Amino acid sequence: MKSIRRKAVCTALAAIAFGISAAGSAGAQTPKRGGILEFVVPDEPPSYDGHREGTFALIHPVGPFYSLLIRINPDNPSSLTDIVCDVCVGKVPAPTDDNTTYTFKIRGDVKFHTGEKLTAQDVVATYKKIIWPPEGVRSQRRQMYSMVESVNAPDDSTVVFKLKFASNAFIPALASPFNWIYQKSVLDKDMHWYEKNINGSGPFIFKEREAGAFMRGERNPDYHHKGLPYLDGFKAIFAKKESLRVQAIRGDRAAIEFRGFPPAARDDLVKALGKEITVQESVWNCGISFVPNHKRKPFDDVRVRRALTLAVDRWGGSKYLSKIALVKTVGGITYPGHALSPTNEEMQQIAGWWPDIKKSRAEARRLLKESGADLSKEYKFLVRGVDQPYKIVATWLVDQWKQVGINFKQETHPTGPYLNILRQTKEFDVSTDASCNYVVNPLVDVTKYLSADRSSIQYGQFIDRDVDAAYDKMIRLTDVKEQRKLMLDITKLTLDTHANQFSILWWHRIVPHRSYVKGWKISPSHHMNQHLDNVWLDK
Amino acid sequence: MRKYIFKRLLLVIPTLFGAAALVFIMLRLIPGDICEIRMAGDGGYFDKAAVDTCRGEMGTNKPMLTQFVSFVWGLMRFDFGTSMWTGQPVLTEVALRFELSLQVAIMSTIIGVIIAIPLGIISAVRQNTWLDYMVRGFSIAGIATPAFWLGLMIIIGLLVSTQHFLGTPWMPPITYIPIWEDPVYNLSMLIWPTVATGYRYSAVVTRMTRSALLEVLREDYVRTARAKGLWEKVIIRKHALKNAMLPVVTIIGLEFAFLMGGLVVTEQVFNLNGIGKLFIESVLNNDYTMTQSLVMLVVMIFVMVNFAVDIGYAWLDPRIRYN
Repeated sequence: MKSIRRKAVCTALAAIAFGISAAGSAGAQTPKRGGILEFVVPDEPPSYDGHREGTFALIHPVGPFYSLLIRINPDNPSSLTDIVCDVCVGKVPAPTDDNTTYTFKIRGDVKFHTGEKLTAQDVVATYKKIIWPPEGVRSQRRQMYSMVESVNAPDDSTVVFKLKFASNAFIPALASPFNWIYQKSVLDKDMHWYEKNINGSGPFIFKEREAGAFMRGERNPDYHHKGLPYLDGFKAIFAKKESLRVQAIRGDRAAIEFRGFPPAARDDLVKALGKEITVQESVWNCGISFVPNHKRKPFDDVRVRRALTLAVDRWGGSKYLSKIALVKTVGGITYPGHALSPTNEEMQQIAGWWPDIKKSRAEARRLLKESGADLSKEYKFLVRGVDQPYKIVATWLVDQWKQVGINFKQETHPTGPYLNILRQTKEFDVSTDASCNYVVNPLVDVTKYLSADRSSIQYGQFIDRDVDAAYDKMIRLTDVKEQRKLMLDITKLTLDTHANQFSILWWHRIVPHRSYVKGWKISPSHHMNQHLDNVWLDK
Repeated sequence: MRKYIFKRLLLVIPTLFGAAALVFIMLRLIPGDICEIRMAGDGGYFDKAAVDTCRGEMGTNKPMLTQFVSFVWGLMRFDFGTSMWTGQPVLTEVALRFELSLQVAIMSTIIGVIIAIPLGIISAVRQNTWLDYMVRGFSIAGIATPAFWLGLMIIIGLLVSTQHFLGTPWMPPITYIPIWEDPVYNLSMLIWPTVATGYRYSAVVTRMTRSALLEVLREDYVRTARAKGLWEKVIIRKHALKNAMLPVVTIIGLEFAFLMGGLVVTEQVFNLNGIGKLFIESVLNNDYTMTQSLVMLVVMIFVMVNFAVDIGYAWLDPRIRYN
């Protein structure tokens, strides 16, 4: 049995190694034209309007129809800072006027699929809709642009963003994969038109959709990046069940699923198909955390909350959980590896991240005793009813806490009721929580950990003015070193000193795909790099 | 007879109204908000004001009574409203999936009946022989085996066996093409789920055929026929089977109605874009308009089937009218 398992692991590793080398050598190959890329999408888009939705289920099938002002470099999507122009000219402009003005020159060769020219007026109308939506129009991420004072187009080829204050968060926020450029004349007539209709300027033209089944796009011959796209078209097939999506790749009914699979699915595919499968992996810009309810006893006591985090062996968990769940990297509240994030050495100074788990748990037991928390009671642990990674990590957490003498009973609910408890009734002692973001932008991503009256996605009900003050100071700085110092302060306050909420592990994105899919490179987010303009099929 | 039909028709109205009230209340008892699922579901950043705008768009911020009156008024005009999740008219969404669900239901019924009737007869006629035991084992296994599990096994079996024998793994298509556009493609997709559901279907019908036939075979008129010296085949076919078919036909009808909206998991396993899949998705998304409309559609189908059955019984057995 052991030898079979060893053989399977060896095959998997060999295939992954092959996949990585194949992906690496893909750049050297000459891309081939033609073909239809068939891929599976685990969910269906609720509407077609990127400005009002936040799901990857919209980005994957509809994103290829649209252009962005700027985007993550599709040839280097794993970089956290490589942002390039899409409909603008040259490089992303450097700010002027004390870093408060950004002037973009718009390309003259961009056309909407209706044939009309895309101008600076369209870009301005788009961003006005995103930042200052009229009443009754939903814009999901408008607060990301709180630093923007105005957007104007002095002429048809120039867009000027004026900021209230200089901010390093602005450019990554502008590169959001949801900021699709809409046509001003259409928005002037009907602000809701894009909810049910598609008219972009992206590499593919919308062909058809069968609700619940698939969406099809075909090559845009007038695409502004000359020579692209390589594909004749794509077909996005909606398939909810993970097992079916895995089998679809195995049976070649689909070539890829862009979101990500758990390790077992990767190993199954590699074992079954060997070199016909390429695997790409990355740290995912999604973190799983747990949040104590600060309004409930004994979790209103900072000692009890610290005990909870001290009980968790993150370094050991990374090793074992990564074999069965889509989590792996140990990190704090910001994306590991980003310039503003703490290093591993810095993290190891924080309670709960100490490398010596025995020492941590001894301290946890001491704190629990000192706090006088009732350890004979069973506390309620709210868990989102989704296997990967919530239920798996939650089961592991309950065992971790048990080891310091505090008992939890898992209460698992489907997403709707789970969110209702988390956001409305607040009837939980501790809950699982997650933060899944797009372009890595720690300055925006950490707003989750601000006080309850400032963050709509903070569920612990805590008020922490020290964190708020540090954040307000940090957001107005442009010096990265200074920002980093403040970010470390926020991290320590949140995870250790005030023990507000605790990250556990960062998700690990695993995309096994048919080896004939070339040009697509994995990024830290399943929302990014989905234009498919540089993807080609080696068939 | 006319008076009886009229009375039955009148009873349909309070039944539908009661079902509408029940489904409306029960759906609102499920905790959750479509707007929060839509925005907070991915764990990403979102603006609080957007949730309020969304509730305004969906109408979920209106008083319950207003929502209920609007729902019932729509039903009375056969206006099922628009899906809260997709924004498309409910009837358009249902119509898209109806064809596939109907084809699966018909094919499953055909497979089920073709297998079930002969097996049920053999089992009854050869009662307590090894043949009967085999048929009973086969049908009990059919009832005990969930169709979705069988479906999964079929897919995995196909992948493994084709890879082993042909060198390339093959699985059924995962997108639907109507039978008149590409019959081979269509059947290569739908034959597998219909086998999975048809097996369970056949098991139910086999057992019903067997017990109904056994009951009839013990009747006095069958004994009389045998005493007259009629051939056993003639007794079974002409005298017993026809009379035993009444409950079997009822079961076939009810199973057919169930298949139209009840293949919730099997449709997910084979990625069939049918009404069952739409049902489960609308429940998970807290899409009230879609769920309550689908429930009402199913209720209507069942009420109509029951109505037709009642009328049929009254026609077959006049005593029912007088009672």
